[in-house]
Amino acid sequence: MNELVASGPESSTAAPPALEIAGLWKSFGDLHVLRGVDLTVAEHEVVCLIGSSGCGKSTLLRCVNLLEPIDAGRILVKGKEITASGVDVNRMRRRIGIVFQSFNLFPHMSVLHNVTLAPRKAAGKPKARAEADATELLERFGLADKRNEYPDRLSGGQQQRVAIVRALAMAPDLLLLDEITSALDPELVAEVLNVIRELARGGMTMVIATHEMGFARDVANRVCFLDEGVILEQGAPADMFSRPREARTQQFLERIIAAGRL
Amino acid sequence: MRGWGFGGPLDSGDLILRSGGRPPVRPRFDQSALRSTLVALLSTVVFFAFVGFVVVNAPGWSAVQESFFNGKVWQESVPDVVPAFLTNVQLFCIAEVLILILALAIAVLRSLPGAVLFPVRLMTTIYVDFFRAVPGVLIIYILGFGIPGLGIAGVPTDPFFYAVVALTLVYSAYVSEVYRAGIQSVHPSQEAAARSLGLSQFQALRYVVLPQAIRRVIPPLLNDFIGLQKDTVLVSYIGVVEVFRQAQIDEAASFNFTPYVVVALVFLVMTIPLARFTDWLVARDRRRFLANAR
Repeated sequence: MNELVASGPESSTAAPPALEIAGLWKSFGDLHVLRGVDLTVAEHEVVCLIGSSGCGKSTLLRCVNLLEPIDAGRILVKGKEITASGVDVNRMRRRIGIVFQSFNLFPHMSVLHNVTLAPRKAAGKPKARAEADATELLERFGLADKRNEYPDRLSGGQQQRVAIVRALAMAPDLLLLDEITSALDPELVAEVLNVIRELARGGMTMVIATHEMGFARDVANRVCFLDEGVILEQGAPADMFSRPREARTQQFLERIIAAGRL
Repeated sequence: MRGWGFGGPLDSGDLILRSGGRPPVRPRFDQSALRSTLVALLSTVVFFAFVGFVVVNAPGWSAVQESFFNGKVWQESVPDVVPAFLTNVQLFCIAEVLILILALAIAVLRSLPGAVLFPVRLMTTIYVDFFRAVPGVLIIYILGFGIPGLGIAGVPTDPFFYAVVALTLVYSAYVSEVYRAGIQSVHPSQEAAARSLGLSQFQALRYVVLPQAIRRVIPPLLNDFIGLQKDTVLVSYIGVVEVFRQAQIDEAASFNFTPYVVVALVFLVMTIPLARFTDWLVARDRRRFLANAR
């Protein structure tokens, strides 16, 4: 499992970055949510997006997954521009996994079926192989005994872990996590975060929108503070949390500390 | 018992919501439950006894009894009318299958996004509007007499064929709306999740949206099929000899309306089990919903 050792952002200068976002603009009607976001994520890097609700974290992730059409800018995954016209959107999405706040498991399918649907139908894996691979992943995340259960029989934490496994089953180059613990009961948050920690150790490239500052400090190589549709400040977690430069970042972190979340 | 109570299921729903999913445990043979059963039974008996009394003592009762409940005519018409009902059964079995397919296609086409597909949405919308607006019996007339009347070689002349076509066209308009409501009831995040995994729009619809949508609309679909069963008598207008037409023939021979009563009973026997089944499905879904909404 540890064959992909985290090598840090600086060692992969030769290969194109895992994700490159340049001048990304996105608005919903008159509401300009993203106002020129630039972000580069190296291979095996874990980037956490922080910022107050409505600052554009989720929209940014949804744009990277091509779930939202963008107004301007470019998004490149491993050097390939996914926002170019004429790109096979379905093929691009297979390389980018996303896990949602509200799990979004398919309620009419068993856990195994949830996990194998895309490998079989989108990637064309034979059923037996897809199920073997899925079972292996479920075992790795302690869900093997749930493979035949339906989502509504699982706890929130288990559902979210299944959603992570479902995204991993497509062997994505990049995993996007959109506030994946925000809908969970507090006592279930740890089991999900531990899964992410393990993925980070395994070298998975991840962009994580989160309100869990302790977790961000723990797992991120880099933390980006999003404010009013731009990345206002970014840096190593130690610097960001202890010596933020921008007044807005300081304000935000003070509020977080006051709420007992850091 | 619950079926009788005006707000039976609602009451228990309130109870569940208020007490956090655990209604107070009741003894199995509750005194008050027994009493309300007895009251319901008694009021039913009294009510129908009263209605029966009024009808039987009406000044024209003997004439009505002779025309509608004539034992002799009954015996003669049952062997005619009941086999004729087989035609209705055939008709709605064939039409039901065609309706399920055509209506689904219409609903899906009408739900497709994108500016390019506007003509498709427009056409399906016109179809649905048209066939819901024009009375079914007129469609049956126009198709059943009009198309064979054109005299084009190779066009079928069998009225049964046009009966199936007309009922399919009319009911597909209604049923496609039922499907569409189902499709719209599936939260967009389900499609987003499917698309995010790399499934195409068609695959997301086929594997994720439609299975959930169809499950939700089974009760209203069955409801429409109860309507379809009854509307099979409309095709008697274009000369298909089915149960109602047969009853008309018998009535013309006997100058007596009893054959119609036979038809009514045949439909009751056929429809009530389906209606109860539909109710049972609705109640089951409701229980599931309440169980999941903890």
